[in-house]
Amino acid sequence: MSGIALPRVIRRREAIGLAVGAALLWLALMLVVAVFADLLRPYSITAIDLGHRLAPPLSFGGTLTHPLGTDELGRDVLSRLIISIRVSLLLAFGATLLGLLMGTSLGLLAAHLGGLVEQAVLMLVDFQAALPFMILALAVLAFFGDSLPILVGLMSFYGWERHARVARGLALAAGAQNYVAAIRGLGAGAWRIYLRHVLPNIAATLVVSATLAFPEVILLESGLSFLGLGVQPPMSSLGNMVGYGRNYIETAPWILLAPSIVIVFTTLAISIVGDMLRDRLDPTTSRA
Amino acid sequence: MVRFILFRLMRATLTVVLVVSFAFCILRLAGDPSQVVLGPNAPPDAVAAFRQAWGLQRPLYLQYLLYWNGILHGNFGNSMLDGRPVLAVVLSHIPATLEIMGPALLLSIAIGIPGGAFAALRRDTATDRAVMALSVAGFTVPSFVLGLGLVLVFAVLLHWLPAGGREGWSSAILPVMTLGFGGAAVLARFTRSAMAEVMGQPYIRAASAKGLPWRTVVQWHALPNALIPTVTVIGFMVGAMLAGAVVVESVFSWPGLGRLLVVAVGSRDVAVVQCILFLVAVTMVTANLVVDLLYGWLDPRILADARR
Repeated sequence: MSGIALPRVIRRREAIGLAVGAALLWLALMLVVAVFADLLRPYSITAIDLGHRLAPPLSFGGTLTHPLGTDELGRDVLSRLIISIRVSLLLAFGATLLGLLMGTSLGLLAAHLGGLVEQAVLMLVDFQAALPFMILALAVLAFFGDSLPILVGLMSFYGWERHARVARGLALAAGAQNYVAAIRGLGAGAWRIYLRHVLPNIAATLVVSATLAFPEVILLESGLSFLGLGVQPPMSSLGNMVGYGRNYIETAPWILLAPSIVIVFTTLAISIVGDMLRDRLDPTTSRA
Repeated sequence: MVRFILFRLMRATLTVVLVVSFAFCILRLAGDPSQVVLGPNAPPDAVAAFRQAWGLQRPLYLQYLLYWNGILHGNFGNSMLDGRPVLAVVLSHIPATLEIMGPALLLSIAIGIPGGAFAALRRDTATDRAVMALSVAGFTVPSFVLGLGLVLVFAVLLHWLPAGGREGWSSAILPVMTLGFGGAAVLARFTRSAMAEVMGQPYIRAASAKGLPWRTVVQWHALPNALIPTVTVIGFMVGAMLAGAVVVESVFSWPGLGRLLVVAVGSRDVAVVQCILFLVAVTMVTANLVVDLLYGWLDPRILADARR
Protein backbone atom coordinates (compact mmCIF):
# COMPACT_ATOMS: atom_id res chain seq x y z
CA MET A 1 0.00 0.00 0.00
CA SER A 2 2.87 2.38 0.77
CA GLY A 3 4.05 2.43 -2.82
CA ILE A 4 0.81 3.84 -4.20
CA ALA A 5 0.32 7.60 -4.19
CA LEU A 6 -3.08 8.11 -2.60
CA PRO A 7 -5.00 11.37 -2.94
CA ARG A 8 -4.67 13.71 0.02
CA VAL A 9 -8.13 13.21 1.42
CA ILE A 10 -7.31 9.54 1.94
CA ARG A 11 -3.74 9.89 3.15
CA ARG A 12 -4.78 12.07 6.07
CA ARG A 13 -4.71 10.72 9.61
CA GLU A 14 -4.77 6.95 9.33
CA ALA A 15 -3.93 4.59 6.56
CA ILE A 16 -6.82 3.57 4.39
CA GLY A 17 -8.52 0.53 5.83
CA LEU A 18 -8.54 -2.81 4.12
CA ALA A 19 -12.32 -2.75 3.75
CA VAL A 20 -12.37 0.68 2.14
CA GLY A 21 -9.55 -0.27 -0.20
CA ALA A 22 -11.34 -3.41 -1.30
CA ALA A 23 -14.56 -1.43 -1.71
CA LEU A 24 -12.88 1.16 -3.91
CA LEU A 25 -11.27 -1.55 -6.01
CA TRP A 26 -14.60 -3.27 -6.53
CA LEU A 27 -16.31 -0.02 -7.48
CA ALA A 28 -13.52 0.78 -9.93
CA LEU A 29 -14.00 -2.65 -11.47
CA MET A 30 -17.75 -2.12 -11.76
CA LEU A 31 -17.17 1.27 -13.36
CA VAL A 32 -14.79 -0.20 -15.91
CA VAL A 33 -17.24 -3.00 -16.70
CA ALA A 34 -20.10 -0.54 -17.07
CA VAL A 35 -18.18 1.80 -19.36
CA PHE A 36 -16.57 -0.87 -21.54
CA ALA A 37 -19.46 -3.32 -21.42
CA ASP A 38 -19.79 -3.73 -25.15
CA LEU A 39 -16.09 -4.43 -25.56
CA LEU A 40 -15.89 -6.88 -22.67
CA ARG A 41 -18.83 -9.14 -23.23
CA PRO A 42 -18.06 -12.28 -25.22
CA TYR A 43 -21.59 -12.67 -26.61
CA SER A 44 -24.68 -10.63 -27.30
CA ILE A 45 -27.22 -10.79 -24.49
CA THR A 46 -29.78 -12.26 -26.82
CA ALA A 47 -27.49 -14.78 -28.48
CA ILE A 48 -29.20 -18.11 -28.01
CA ASP A 49 -27.17 -21.28 -27.90
CA LEU A 50 -29.70 -24.04 -27.62
CA GLY A 51 -27.04 -26.71 -27.70
CA HIS A 52 -25.62 -25.50 -24.39
CA ARG A 53 -28.68 -24.70 -22.34
CA LEU A 54 -28.29 -24.55 -18.55
CA ALA A 55 -24.57 -25.16 -18.75
CA PRO A 56 -22.88 -24.83 -15.35
CA PRO A 57 -20.08 -22.33 -14.65
CA LEU A 58 -16.36 -23.00 -14.95
CA SER A 59 -15.35 -24.88 -11.83
CA PHE A 60 -18.60 -26.83 -11.62
CA GLY A 61 -18.33 -28.75 -14.82
CA GLY A 62 -18.52 -25.93 -17.34
CA THR A 63 -16.22 -24.91 -20.13
CA LEU A 64 -14.35 -21.72 -20.95
CA THR A 65 -16.85 -20.89 -23.69
CA HIS A 66 -19.30 -19.90 -20.98
CA PRO A 67 -17.29 -19.16 -17.82
CA LEU A 68 -20.36 -18.31 -15.74
CA GLY A 69 -22.66 -20.79 -17.35
CA THR A 70 -25.74 -20.29 -19.49
CA ASP A 71 -29.42 -19.86 -18.81
CA GLU A 72 -32.46 -21.74 -20.04
CA LEU A 73 -32.12 -20.38 -23.55
CA GLY A 74 -28.39 -20.91 -23.76
CA ARG A 75 -27.62 -17.21 -23.32
CA ASP A 76 -24.22 -16.54 -21.78
CA VAL A 77 -24.58 -15.48 -18.15
CA LEU A 78 -21.31 -13.52 -18.13
CA SER A 79 -22.35 -11.35 -21.06
CA ARG A 80 -25.76 -10.70 -19.56
CA LEU A 81 -24.09 -9.90 -16.25
CA ILE A 82 -21.77 -7.37 -17.85
CA ILE A 83 -24.60 -5.58 -19.64
CA SER A 84 -26.77 -5.75 -16.52
CA ILE A 85 -24.07 -4.04 -14.50
CA ARG A 86 -24.04 -1.21 -17.00
CA VAL A 87 -27.85 -0.90 -17.07
CA SER A 88 -28.29 -1.04 -13.30
CA LEU A 89 -25.44 1.34 -12.55
CA LEU A 90 -26.53 3.83 -15.20
CA LEU A 91 -30.12 3.82 -13.99
CA ALA A 92 -29.13 4.16 -10.35
CA PHE A 93 -26.58 6.88 -11.05
CA GLY A 94 -28.98 8.88 -13.20
CA ALA A 95 -31.82 8.54 -10.74
CA THR A 96 -29.65 9.50 -7.76
CA LEU A 97 -28.33 12.56 -9.58
CA LEU A 98 -31.81 13.67 -10.61
CA GLY A 99 -33.09 13.13 -7.09
CA LEU A 100 -30.20 15.13 -5.69
CA LEU A 101 -30.82 18.00 -8.10
CA MET A 102 -34.53 18.02 -7.44
CA GLY A 103 -34.22 17.72 -3.68
CA THR A 104 -31.50 20.35 -3.40
CA SER A 105 -33.41 22.82 -5.58
CA LEU A 106 -36.60 22.39 -3.62
CA GLY A 107 -34.75 22.59 -0.32
CA LEU A 108 -32.93 25.78 -1.31
CA LEU A 109 -36.17 27.24 -2.67
CA ALA A 110 -37.93 26.52 0.58
CA ALA A 111 -35.12 28.05 2.61
CA HIS A 112 -34.87 31.15 0.44
CA LEU A 113 -38.53 31.93 -0.13
CA GLY A 114 -39.98 30.76 3.15
CA GLY A 115 -43.67 31.26 3.81
CA LEU A 116 -46.18 29.29 1.75
CA VAL A 117 -43.56 27.82 -0.55
CA GLU A 118 -41.65 26.44 2.38
CA GLN A 119 -44.82 25.00 3.93
CA ALA A 120 -45.76 23.38 0.64
CA VAL A 121 -42.34 21.80 0.27
CA LEU A 122 -42.37 20.58 3.87
CA MET A 123 -45.79 19.07 3.31
CA LEU A 124 -44.53 17.23 0.24
CA VAL A 125 -41.54 16.00 2.23
CA ASP A 126 -43.87 14.68 4.93
CA PHE A 127 -46.05 12.99 2.37
CA GLN A 128 -43.10 11.26 0.75
CA ALA A 129 -41.75 10.14 4.08
CA ALA A 130 -45.14 8.84 5.20
CA LEU A 131 -45.42 5.99 2.74
CA PRO A 132 -42.88 3.28 1.99
CA PHE A 133 -41.48 4.21 -1.38
CA MET A 134 -41.91 0.74 -2.84
CA ILE A 135 -45.68 0.97 -2.43
CA LEU A 136 -45.82 4.43 -4.04
CA ALA A 137 -43.60 3.22 -6.86
CA LEU A 138 -45.81 0.21 -7.52
CA ALA A 139 -48.90 2.41 -7.61
CA VAL A 140 -47.31 4.74 -10.16
CA LEU A 141 -46.18 1.79 -12.26
CA ALA A 142 -49.71 0.39 -12.17
CA PHE A 143 -51.17 3.60 -13.49
CA PHE A 144 -48.53 4.59 -15.99
CA GLY A 145 -47.08 1.32 -17.14
CA ASP A 146 -43.44 0.38 -16.90
CA SER A 147 -41.58 2.00 -19.75
CA LEU A 148 -37.99 3.04 -19.12
CA PRO A 149 -38.47 6.85 -18.88
CA ILE A 150 -41.22 6.30 -16.29
CA LEU A 151 -38.93 3.99 -14.35
CA VAL A 152 -36.07 6.49 -14.30
CA GLY A 153 -38.42 9.34 -13.42
CA LEU A 154 -39.95 7.28 -10.65
CA MET A 155 -36.61 6.27 -9.15
CA SER A 156 -35.37 9.85 -9.24
CA PHE A 157 -38.12 10.65 -6.77
CA TYR A 158 -36.47 8.31 -4.28
CA GLY A 159 -34.75 10.11 -1.50
CA TRP A 160 -35.38 13.63 -2.78
CA GLU A 161 -37.05 14.45 0.52
CA ARG A 162 -33.86 13.65 2.40
CA HIS A 163 -31.78 15.89 0.16
CA ALA A 164 -34.41 18.62 0.41
CA ARG A 165 -34.40 18.47 4.20
CA VAL A 166 -30.62 18.59 4.34
CA ALA A 167 -30.37 21.39 1.76
CA ARG A 168 -33.01 23.47 3.49
CA GLY A 169 -31.46 23.05 6.92
CA LEU A 170 -27.98 23.85 5.69
CA ALA A 171 -29.16 26.80 3.60
CA LEU A 172 -30.99 28.26 6.57
CA ALA A 173 -27.90 27.87 8.72
CA ALA A 174 -25.67 29.29 6.00
CA GLY A 175 -28.03 32.20 5.45
CA ALA A 176 -27.51 33.23 9.02
CA GLN A 177 -23.76 33.35 8.53
CA ASN A 178 -21.88 36.61 8.22
CA TYR A 179 -20.45 35.93 4.82
CA VAL A 180 -23.91 35.74 3.26
CA ALA A 181 -24.93 39.02 4.86
CA ALA A 182 -21.69 40.55 3.58
CA ILE A 183 -22.28 39.41 -0.01
CA ARG A 184 -25.87 40.52 0.12
CA GLY A 185 -24.73 43.88 1.38
CA LEU A 186 -22.43 44.11 -1.64
CA GLY A 187 -25.46 43.69 -3.85
CA ALA A 188 -25.30 40.05 -4.90
CA GLY A 189 -28.51 38.58 -6.23
CA ALA A 190 -30.07 35.35 -4.94
CA TRP A 191 -28.67 33.17 -7.76
CA ARG A 192 -25.13 34.33 -7.13
CA ILE A 193 -25.41 33.88 -3.40
CA TYR A 194 -26.60 30.32 -3.65
CA LEU A 195 -24.59 29.04 -6.59
CA ARG A 196 -21.25 30.60 -5.86
CA HIS A 197 -21.24 30.83 -2.11
CA VAL A 198 -23.76 28.69 -0.27
CA LEU A 199 -23.71 25.62 -2.47
CA PRO A 200 -19.97 24.92 -2.33
CA ASN A 201 -20.15 25.00 1.44
CA ILE A 202 -23.04 22.57 1.72
CA ALA A 203 -21.91 20.36 -1.15
CA ALA A 204 -19.99 17.97 1.07
CA THR A 205 -23.02 17.01 3.15
CA LEU A 206 -25.18 16.70 0.06
CA VAL A 207 -22.64 14.38 -1.53
CA VAL A 208 -22.75 12.20 1.57
CA SER A 209 -26.54 12.20 1.40
CA ALA A 210 -26.34 11.09 -2.22
CA THR A 211 -23.91 8.27 -1.46
CA LEU A 212 -26.36 7.01 1.12
CA ALA A 213 -29.19 7.12 -1.40
CA PHE A 214 -27.28 5.48 -4.27
CA PRO A 215 -27.16 1.92 -2.90
CA GLU A 216 -30.79 2.18 -1.89
CA VAL A 217 -31.72 3.18 -5.45
CA ILE A 218 -29.84 0.15 -6.76
CA LEU A 219 -31.75 -2.05 -4.33
CA LEU A 220 -35.03 -0.41 -5.34
CA GLU A 221 -34.41 -0.93 -9.05
CA SER A 222 -33.30 -4.51 -8.59
CA GLY A 223 -36.29 -5.22 -6.38
CA LEU A 224 -38.71 -3.80 -8.95
CA SER A 225 -36.96 -5.63 -11.78
CA PHE A 226 -36.99 -8.85 -9.77
CA LEU A 227 -40.76 -8.52 -9.49
CA GLY A 228 -40.92 -8.11 -13.25
CA LEU A 229 -42.07 -4.52 -12.96
CA GLY A 230 -38.81 -2.69 -13.52
CA VAL A 231 -36.46 -3.09 -16.42
CA GLN A 232 -38.19 -5.13 -19.09
CA PRO A 233 -36.73 -7.69 -21.51
CA PRO A 234 -34.90 -7.70 -23.85
CA MET A 235 -33.00 -5.23 -21.65
CA SER A 236 -31.22 -7.03 -18.88
CA SER A 237 -30.63 -5.66 -15.38
CA LEU A 238 -29.22 -7.28 -12.27
CA GLY A 239 -32.68 -7.50 -10.72
CA ASN A 240 -34.42 -9.09 -13.62
CA MET A 241 -31.62 -11.62 -14.05
CA VAL A 242 -32.35 -12.76 -10.51
CA GLY A 243 -36.04 -12.77 -11.29
CA TYR A 244 -35.66 -15.04 -14.29
CA GLY A 245 -33.08 -17.18 -12.59
CA ARG A 246 -35.42 -17.81 -9.71
CA ASN A 247 -37.36 -20.38 -11.69
CA TYR A 248 -34.22 -22.45 -12.04
CA ILE A 249 -33.05 -22.25 -8.47
CA GLU A 250 -33.02 -26.02 -8.14
CA THR A 251 -31.50 -26.93 -11.47
CA ALA A 252 -29.27 -23.98 -12.32
CA PRO A 253 -28.68 -21.71 -9.30
CA TRP A 254 -25.75 -19.92 -10.95
CA ILE A 255 -28.18 -17.90 -13.06
CA LEU A 256 -29.36 -15.99 -10.03
CA LEU A 257 -26.22 -16.28 -7.90
CA ALA A 258 -23.96 -14.24 -10.19
CA PRO A 259 -26.16 -11.11 -10.30
CA SER A 260 -27.02 -11.49 -6.61
CA ILE A 261 -23.36 -11.48 -5.62
CA VAL A 262 -22.75 -8.41 -7.78
CA ILE A 263 -25.68 -6.56 -6.19
CA VAL A 264 -24.55 -7.36 -2.67
CA PHE A 265 -20.89 -6.48 -3.21
CA THR A 266 -21.71 -3.27 -5.06
CA THR A 267 -24.14 -1.91 -2.47
CA LEU A 268 -21.78 -2.98 0.29
CA ALA A 269 -18.86 -1.24 -1.41
CA ILE A 270 -20.79 1.99 -1.87
CA SER A 271 -21.96 1.91 1.75
CA ILE A 272 -18.39 1.45 2.98
CA VAL A 273 -17.10 4.27 0.79
CA GLY A 274 -20.04 6.47 1.81
CA ASP A 275 -19.28 5.85 5.48
CA MET A 276 -15.65 6.78 4.91
CA LEU A 277 -16.63 9.96 3.06
CA ARG A 278 -19.00 10.91 5.82
CA ASP A 279 -16.33 10.43 8.44
CA ARG A 280 -13.87 12.55 6.55
CA LEU A 281 -15.94 15.26 4.90
CA ASP A 282 -18.47 16.00 7.59
CA PRO A 283 -16.67 16.76 10.84
CA THR A 284 -19.94 17.50 12.62
CA THR A 285 -21.12 13.89 12.71
CA SER A 286 -19.70 12.06 15.70
CA ARG A 287 -18.57 8.48 15.41
CA ALA A 288 -20.98 6.69 17.78
CA MET B 1 -51.22 17.07 26.02
CA VAL B 2 -54.52 17.40 24.20
CA ARG B 3 -53.02 19.92 21.80
CA PHE B 4 -50.19 17.50 21.13
CA ILE B 5 -52.60 14.72 20.26
CA LEU B 6 -54.87 16.94 18.18
CA PHE B 7 -52.00 18.33 16.18
CA ARG B 8 -50.67 14.88 15.41
CA LEU B 9 -54.16 13.65 14.49
CA MET B 10 -54.63 16.57 12.14
CA ARG B 11 -51.34 15.88 10.41
CA ALA B 12 -52.22 12.21 10.11
CA THR B 13 -55.57 12.97 8.47
CA LEU B 14 -53.93 15.46 6.14
CA THR B 15 -51.43 12.83 5.01
CA VAL B 16 -54.18 10.33 4.22
CA VAL B 17 -56.08 13.00 2.29
CA LEU B 18 -52.91 13.79 0.36
CA VAL B 19 -52.32 10.15 -0.51
CA VAL B 20 -55.87 9.67 -1.76
CA SER B 21 -55.65 12.89 -3.76
CA PHE B 22 -52.34 11.70 -5.17
CA ALA B 23 -53.97 8.46 -6.33
CA PHE B 24 -56.85 10.42 -7.83
CA CYS B 25 -54.51 12.78 -9.69
CA ILE B 26 -52.22 10.19 -11.19
CA LEU B 27 -55.13 8.03 -12.20
CA ARG B 28 -56.55 10.96 -14.16
CA LEU B 29 -53.11 11.84 -15.49
CA ALA B 30 -52.57 8.32 -16.74
CA GLY B 31 -55.34 8.76 -19.25
CA ASP B 32 -59.00 8.03 -19.39
CA PRO B 33 -59.71 6.13 -16.16
CA SER B 34 -62.23 3.90 -17.87
CA GLN B 35 -59.55 2.72 -20.28
CA VAL B 36 -57.02 2.29 -17.52
CA VAL B 37 -59.32 0.42 -15.15
CA LEU B 38 -61.29 -1.68 -17.62
CA GLY B 39 -58.47 -2.33 -20.00
CA PRO B 40 -58.21 -1.64 -23.73
CA ASN B 41 -60.42 -4.54 -24.79
CA ALA B 42 -63.50 -3.60 -22.78
CA PRO B 43 -66.81 -3.52 -24.71
CA PRO B 44 -68.11 0.01 -25.30
CA ASP B 45 -71.24 -0.41 -23.17
CA ALA B 46 -69.10 -1.46 -20.18
CA VAL B 47 -66.99 1.64 -20.73
CA ALA B 48 -70.14 3.78 -20.91
CA ALA B 49 -71.52 2.22 -17.73
CA PHE B 50 -68.18 2.81 -15.99
CA ARG B 51 -68.08 6.43 -17.07
CA GLN B 52 -71.60 6.86 -15.80
CA ALA B 53 -70.84 5.24 -12.45
CA TRP B 54 -67.66 7.25 -11.89
CA GLY B 55 -69.23 10.43 -13.21
CA LEU B 56 -66.41 10.95 -15.68
CA GLN B 57 -68.42 13.36 -17.76
CA ARG B 58 -68.89 15.65 -14.78
CA PRO B 59 -66.47 18.45 -13.86
CA LEU B 60 -63.25 17.42 -12.12
CA TYR B 61 -64.04 18.70 -8.64
CA LEU B 62 -67.33 16.78 -8.64
CA GLN B 63 -65.46 13.64 -9.67
CA TYR B 64 -63.11 14.19 -6.74
CA LEU B 65 -66.03 14.43 -4.32
CA LEU B 66 -67.67 11.34 -5.80
CA TYR B 67 -64.33 9.53 -5.44
CA TRP B 68 -64.19 10.40 -1.75
CA ASN B 69 -67.81 9.45 -1.36
CA GLY B 70 -67.03 6.01 -2.74
CA ILE B 71 -64.06 5.54 -0.46
CA LEU B 72 -65.89 6.59 2.67
CA HIS B 73 -68.57 4.05 1.86
CA GLY B 74 -65.99 1.34 1.40
CA ASN B 75 -66.66 1.14 -2.31
CA PHE B 76 -63.41 0.90 -4.24
CA GLY B 77 -64.90 -0.62 -7.33
CA ASN B 78 -64.58 -4.16 -8.54
CA SER B 79 -61.43 -6.06 -9.32
CA MET B 80 -60.66 -6.33 -12.99
CA LEU B 81 -59.59 -9.93 -12.71
CA ASP B 82 -62.55 -11.58 -11.05
CA GLY B 83 -65.14 -8.85 -10.70
CA ARG B 84 -65.37 -9.15 -6.92
CA PRO B 85 -65.60 -5.99 -4.83
CA VAL B 86 -62.07 -4.76 -4.30
CA LEU B 87 -62.32 -4.11 -0.57
CA ALA B 88 -63.38 -7.70 0.04
CA VAL B 89 -60.50 -9.04 -2.04
CA VAL B 90 -57.96 -6.86 -0.27
CA LEU B 91 -59.27 -7.61 3.22
CA SER B 92 -59.18 -11.33 2.54
CA HIS B 93 -55.44 -11.11 1.91
CA ILE B 94 -54.59 -9.25 5.09
CA PRO B 95 -54.45 -12.24 7.49
CA ALA B 96 -51.75 -13.92 5.42
CA THR B 97 -49.57 -10.83 5.50
CA LEU B 98 -50.09 -10.38 9.22
CA GLU B 99 -49.01 -13.98 9.71
CA ILE B 100 -45.53 -13.15 8.55
CA MET B 101 -45.29 -9.48 9.46
CA GLY B 102 -46.20 -9.92 13.11
CA PRO B 103 -43.61 -12.61 13.89
CA ALA B 104 -41.07 -10.79 11.74
CA LEU B 105 -41.51 -7.58 13.74
CA LEU B 106 -41.15 -9.54 16.98
CA LEU B 107 -38.07 -11.29 15.64
CA SER B 108 -36.49 -7.98 14.66
CA ILE B 109 -37.08 -6.57 18.12
CA ALA B 110 -35.92 -9.74 19.85
CA ILE B 111 -32.65 -9.87 17.91
CA GLY B 112 -32.01 -6.25 17.01
CA ILE B 113 -32.39 -4.48 20.34
CA PRO B 114 -30.35 -6.87 22.49
CA GLY B 115 -27.78 -7.16 19.71
CA GLY B 116 -27.39 -3.41 19.42
CA ALA B 117 -27.27 -2.91 23.18
CA PHE B 118 -24.70 -5.67 23.52
CA ALA B 119 -22.54 -4.11 20.83
CA ALA B 120 -22.73 -0.70 22.49
CA LEU B 121 -21.60 -2.11 25.81
CA ARG B 122 -18.57 -3.66 24.13
CA ARG B 123 -17.70 -0.79 21.85
CA ASP B 124 -14.76 -1.15 19.48
CA THR B 125 -14.20 -4.78 20.44
CA ALA B 126 -14.43 -7.71 18.11
CA THR B 127 -18.02 -8.39 19.22
CA ASP B 128 -19.02 -4.86 18.34
CA ARG B 129 -17.47 -5.08 14.91
CA ALA B 130 -19.07 -8.45 14.28
CA VAL B 131 -22.54 -7.22 15.22
CA MET B 132 -22.12 -4.09 13.14
CA ALA B 133 -20.85 -6.08 10.16
CA LEU B 134 -23.88 -8.34 10.38
CA SER B 135 -26.18 -5.36 10.57
CA VAL B 136 -24.56 -3.75 7.53
CA ALA B 137 -25.12 -7.04 5.73
CA GLY B 138 -28.74 -6.82 6.82
CA PHE B 139 -29.46 -3.70 4.90
CA THR B 140 -27.14 -4.09 1.93
CA VAL B 141 -28.37 -7.55 1.06
CA PRO B 142 -31.72 -7.09 -0.71
CA SER B 143 -34.56 -9.13 0.73
CA PHE B 144 -35.05 -11.15 -2.42
CA VAL B 145 -31.40 -12.20 -2.42
CA LEU B 146 -31.57 -13.17 1.25
CA GLY B 147 -34.85 -15.00 0.70
CA LEU B 148 -33.58 -16.89 -2.32
CA GLY B 149 -30.36 -17.68 -0.48
CA LEU B 150 -32.34 -19.17 2.39
CA VAL B 151 -34.44 -21.15 -0.08
CA LEU B 152 -31.28 -22.42 -1.74
CA VAL B 153 -29.77 -23.59 1.52
CA PHE B 154 -32.75 -24.81 3.49
CA ALA B 155 -35.11 -26.01 0.77
CA VAL B 156 -33.01 -27.02 -2.19
CA LEU B 157 -29.84 -28.29 -0.53
CA LEU B 158 -31.03 -29.48 2.87
CA HIS B 159 -34.70 -30.17 2.16
CA TRP B 160 -35.56 -29.10 5.69
CA LEU B 161 -38.18 -26.48 4.85
CA PRO B 162 -40.60 -25.89 1.97
CA ALA B 163 -39.55 -23.44 -0.72
CA GLY B 164 -42.81 -21.53 -0.84
CA GLY B 165 -46.54 -21.51 -0.45
CA ARG B 166 -48.54 -21.27 2.70
CA GLU B 167 -49.16 -24.71 4.15
CA GLY B 168 -48.50 -25.38 7.76
CA TRP B 169 -46.37 -23.33 10.09
CA SER B 170 -43.06 -24.58 8.70
CA SER B 171 -43.67 -22.70 5.46
CA ALA B 172 -43.76 -19.44 7.40
CA ILE B 173 -40.28 -19.84 8.89
CA LEU B 174 -38.23 -18.70 5.90
CA PRO B 175 -40.42 -15.68 5.03
CA VAL B 176 -40.40 -14.53 8.65
CA MET B 177 -36.62 -14.94 8.84
CA THR B 178 -36.13 -12.97 5.63
CA LEU B 179 -38.40 -10.11 6.71
CA GLY B 180 -37.10 -10.09 10.25
CA PHE B 181 -33.39 -10.01 9.45
CA GLY B 182 -33.54 -6.72 7.61
CA GLY B 183 -35.49 -5.11 10.44
CA ALA B 184 -33.14 -6.56 13.03
CA ALA B 185 -30.18 -4.99 11.23
CA VAL B 186 -31.73 -1.52 11.29
CA LEU B 187 -32.77 -1.85 14.92
CA ALA B 188 -29.36 -3.13 15.99
CA ARG B 189 -27.58 -0.21 14.41
CA PHE B 190 -29.95 2.32 15.89
CA THR B 191 -30.03 0.78 19.35
CA ARG B 192 -26.26 0.70 19.40
CA SER B 193 -25.90 4.41 18.71
CA ALA B 194 -28.72 5.31 21.12
CA MET B 195 -27.19 3.13 23.80
CA ALA B 196 -23.71 4.51 23.22
CA GLU B 197 -25.03 8.03 23.60
CA VAL B 198 -26.85 7.17 26.82
CA MET B 199 -23.79 5.45 28.28
CA GLY B 200 -21.86 8.68 27.89
CA GLN B 201 -24.34 10.63 29.98
CA PRO B 202 -23.37 11.88 33.45
CA TYR B 203 -26.27 10.17 35.18
CA ILE B 204 -24.92 6.77 34.25
CA ARG B 205 -21.64 7.54 35.92
CA ALA B 206 -23.55 8.90 38.91
CA ALA B 207 -25.60 5.73 39.19
CA SER B 208 -22.48 3.61 39.06
CA ALA B 209 -20.74 5.85 41.60
CA LYS B 210 -23.68 5.36 43.92
CA GLY B 211 -22.57 1.77 44.19
CA LEU B 212 -25.22 0.16 42.03
CA PRO B 213 -24.11 -3.07 40.36
CA TRP B 214 -23.27 -2.54 36.70
CA ARG B 215 -26.06 -4.81 35.63
CA THR B 216 -28.63 -2.72 37.41
CA VAL B 217 -27.23 0.45 35.91
CA VAL B 218 -27.49 -0.97 32.43
CA GLN B 219 -30.85 -2.61 32.84
CA TRP B 220 -32.70 0.09 34.72
CA HIS B 221 -31.00 3.33 33.75
CA ALA B 222 -29.25 2.98 30.43
CA LEU B 223 -31.49 0.64 28.49
CA PRO B 224 -34.87 2.29 29.14
CA ASN B 225 -33.50 5.68 28.10
CA ALA B 226 -31.95 4.21 24.98
CA LEU B 227 -35.19 2.51 24.11
CA ILE B 228 -37.21 5.71 23.95
CA PRO B 229 -35.90 6.95 20.58
CA THR B 230 -35.82 3.34 19.41
CA VAL B 231 -39.61 3.32 19.64
CA THR B 232 -39.75 5.85 16.80
CA VAL B 233 -37.63 3.58 14.63
CA ILE B 234 -40.13 0.78 15.12
CA GLY B 235 -42.79 3.01 13.59
CA PHE B 236 -40.60 3.47 10.54
CA MET B 237 -39.96 -0.26 10.48
CA VAL B 238 -43.64 -1.05 10.06
CA GLY B 239 -43.51 0.81 6.76
CA ALA B 240 -40.25 -0.81 5.74
CA MET B 241 -41.71 -4.23 6.49
CA LEU B 242 -44.78 -3.53 4.42
CA ALA B 243 -42.50 -2.71 1.53
CA GLY B 244 -40.37 -5.76 2.32
CA ALA B 245 -43.44 -7.96 2.44
CA VAL B 246 -44.14 -7.08 -1.19
CA VAL B 247 -40.88 -8.65 -2.28
CA VAL B 248 -40.75 -11.45 0.29
CA GLU B 249 -44.27 -12.66 -0.49
CA SER B 250 -43.34 -12.82 -4.15
CA VAL B 251 -40.19 -14.80 -3.40
CA PHE B 252 -42.05 -17.37 -1.31
CA SER B 253 -45.34 -17.28 -3.23
CA TRP B 254 -47.02 -16.29 0.01
CA PRO B 255 -50.63 -15.26 -0.77
CA GLY B 256 -50.68 -12.00 1.13
CA LEU B 257 -51.25 -8.34 0.45
CA GLY B 258 -47.81 -7.82 -1.06
CA ARG B 259 -48.22 -10.46 -3.68
CA LEU B 260 -51.72 -9.21 -4.42
CA LEU B 261 -50.25 -5.80 -5.07
CA VAL B 262 -47.60 -7.14 -7.42
CA VAL B 263 -50.14 -9.18 -9.38
CA ALA B 264 -52.49 -6.21 -9.52
CA VAL B 265 -49.74 -3.92 -10.79
CA GLY B 266 -48.71 -6.47 -13.38
CA SER B 267 -52.23 -6.79 -14.72
CA ARG B 268 -52.90 -3.08 -14.18
CA ASP B 269 -55.84 -3.83 -11.93
CA VAL B 270 -55.94 -0.24 -10.82
CA ALA B 271 -58.91 -0.51 -8.45
CA VAL B 272 -57.05 -3.04 -6.27
CA VAL B 273 -53.92 -0.89 -6.29
CA GLN B 274 -55.85 2.18 -5.15
CA CYS B 275 -57.44 0.28 -2.30
CA ILE B 276 -54.13 -1.15 -1.11
CA LEU B 277 -52.54 2.30 -1.34
CA PHE B 278 -55.29 3.72 0.84
CA LEU B 279 -55.01 0.92 3.40
CA VAL B 280 -51.24 1.19 3.57
CA ALA B 281 -51.48 4.96 4.04
CA VAL B 282 -53.98 4.57 6.88
CA THR B 283 -51.85 1.87 8.51
CA MET B 284 -48.63 3.85 8.25
CA VAL B 285 -50.20 7.03 9.51
CA THR B 286 -51.79 5.19 12.44
CA ALA B 287 -48.56 3.42 13.31
CA ASN B 288 -46.61 6.68 13.25
CA LEU B 289 -49.30 8.40 15.29
CA VAL B 290 -49.18 5.66 17.94
CA VAL B 291 -45.39 5.81 18.01
CA ASP B 292 -45.44 9.61 18.30
CA LEU B 293 -47.89 9.49 21.17
CA LEU B 294 -45.93 6.73 22.85
CA TYR B 295 -42.75 8.73 22.50
CA GLY B 296 -44.45 11.77 24.01
CA TRP B 297 -45.69 9.68 26.91
CA LEU B 298 -42.35 8.00 27.52
CA ASP B 299 -40.26 11.14 27.29
CA PRO B 300 -41.94 14.05 29.13
CA ARG B 301 -39.51 16.50 27.56
CA ILE B 302 -41.26 16.10 24.21
CA LEU B 303 -44.60 17.19 25.64
CA ALA B 304 -42.97 20.12 27.36
CA ASP B 305 -41.47 21.24 24.05
CA ALA B 306 -44.85 20.97 22.37
CA ARG B 307 -46.55 22.95 25.06
CA ARG B 308 -44.27 25.95 24.52
